[in-house]
Amino acid sequence: MVEAMNPTHGMEIKIETCNLNFYYGSVQALFNISMRIPARQVTALIGPSGCGKSTFLRTLNRMNDIIDGTRLEGKVLLDGQDIYANGTDVVLLRKRVGMVFQKSNPFPKSIFDNVAYGPRIHGVRGRSALADSVERSLIRAGLWEEVKDRLETSAMELSGGQQQRLCIARALAVDPDILLMDEPASALDPRSTAHIEDLIGELRKDYTIVIVTHNMQQAARVSDFTAFFYEGQLIEFGSTKQLFTAPKEKRTEDYITGRFG
Amino acid sequence: MTHQRKTEALVYQLMRGITYFIVFVIAYIILDIFYHGVAVLRWEFLAGYPRKSGAEGGILPAIIGTFCLVLGAIAAALPLGMASAIYLSEYARQGRWVRLLRLAIVTLAGVPSIVFGLFGLGLFVLFMGFGASILAGSLTLACMILPTIIVASEEALRAVPQTLREGSLALGATQWQTIRKNVMPYALPGMLTGSILGIGRAAGETAPILLTAAAFYLPKLPRSIFDQVMALPYHLYILATQHPDAAKVRPMQYGTAFVLLLLVLGMSLGAIVLRSHFRKKYKW
Repeated sequence: MVEAMNPTHGMEIKIETCNLNFYYGSVQALFNISMRIPARQVTALIGPSGCGKSTFLRTLNRMNDIIDGTRLEGKVLLDGQDIYANGTDVVLLRKRVGMVFQKSNPFPKSIFDNVAYGPRIHGVRGRSALADSVERSLIRAGLWEEVKDRLETSAMELSGGQQQRLCIARALAVDPDILLMDEPASALDPRSTAHIEDLIGELRKDYTIVIVTHNMQQAARVSDFTAFFYEGQLIEFGSTKQLFTAPKEKRTEDYITGRFG
Repeated sequence: MTHQRKTEALVYQLMRGITYFIVFVIAYIILDIFYHGVAVLRWEFLAGYPRKSGAEGGILPAIIGTFCLVLGAIAAALPLGMASAIYLSEYARQGRWVRLLRLAIVTLAGVPSIVFGLFGLGLFVLFMGFGASILAGSLTLACMILPTIIVASEEALRAVPQTLREGSLALGATQWQTIRKNVMPYALPGMLTGSILGIGRAAGETAPILLTAAAFYLPKLPRSIFDQVMALPYHLYILATQHPDAAKVRPMQYGTAFVLLLLVLGMSLGAIVLRSHFRKKYKW
């Protein structure tokens, strides 16, 4: 019963949002979102296009800051600290909260330089230290075996799926504790998608993962918790199993059974 | 043939005719200068000093003068123009104020070059006391090409996909780190080529240097940036309009025009080669 009321009851909470409102200019995109994201679990954000799930994701590492004219109300607590409080070091925040984008965005540099980019900007010097970090990250991202003999070739020559895993490796190289993924597999073929999903299954042991997905099967496969967004509101949040088998809200049920969206 | 088809064919032929006509005119000018210019293009002409008010001898001081002016203009305008472009496209909050700034810059690009010349005369030559000199001329040219450089650089910066900036910022890079490591390297070739094209145009300008740097007749090389110099476009203007025996010095006019043309075309060609080289290097 307690579980039904509070799905994350008794769990370590990594991120908590309190009454989060978000505006693009005068258009409100998020309404009063309060949500507790548990540590070292995969939390999926689902909902139809334009429901605010990506916007919500981007509030968690303050990526919306770079869009002119946006405004936020409420709190986002990361390990209990409000990341929107005055004096927050956004650089440090984004180092802790990694992000993987919908469209893989490898930099037009070599594979090595892509993964070493983060460590370098955070002051890691020396070829061997960088090489260690690059190897470790590529192994974690399941890409090492495919690229270890051609680290100096351009990242642009990799396939779409490899590029996305490279972006994951790049994010892991700065040792975040949280990984935000914005539809990481939406532009990939089924095999590459399966590869990314396996990878998420591996990474969940060490990282808190928040993933936005359009694909409900994917949410059901990879996540422990699921949040359903609709028109900027958080309609339902619960364990993935509960949400998909016994949704409490009519709109959640309609969406996951494909009646709209 | 229906009426519409006839119109279609007519419009097509008309457009084609106009295009060919323009190409023909330009080709005629270039070939004419080439034909007459090559005849006087000897070593003494390129490396010699002018004699008898430019009626005989060479144009070395004018070549060197133009070279110095262009180099000075690049040195002054490139850093300033790039910095403004970076501010406008990367840092400034896009809004009414920035739109106004952009409008001002575009308007500046349309200001007649003689106005820049007068401005340079007032500010650099007189007020700052540089006198008619390479320094004053270079700075005046720099002012004139700044808008071109800013616009070209901004375009090059905007061509860098936003996803690269986001990717870098999301890794915890500061904005300056992002610009330096993940925007500038890709935008630089575009910035440079746009700028070179602008500078090539400036190299052929007479009005801005007329009042700030150019000497009527000065058959020696400059020793410092405070010296006056001869310059190719101004020299050409003198030979063509001010010389007592304009018809007699016609070969010298052609030669000078030819060298100036080579210089400008060479710079444009350089810009194009540079661009295609970098295009192959950076793709996304």
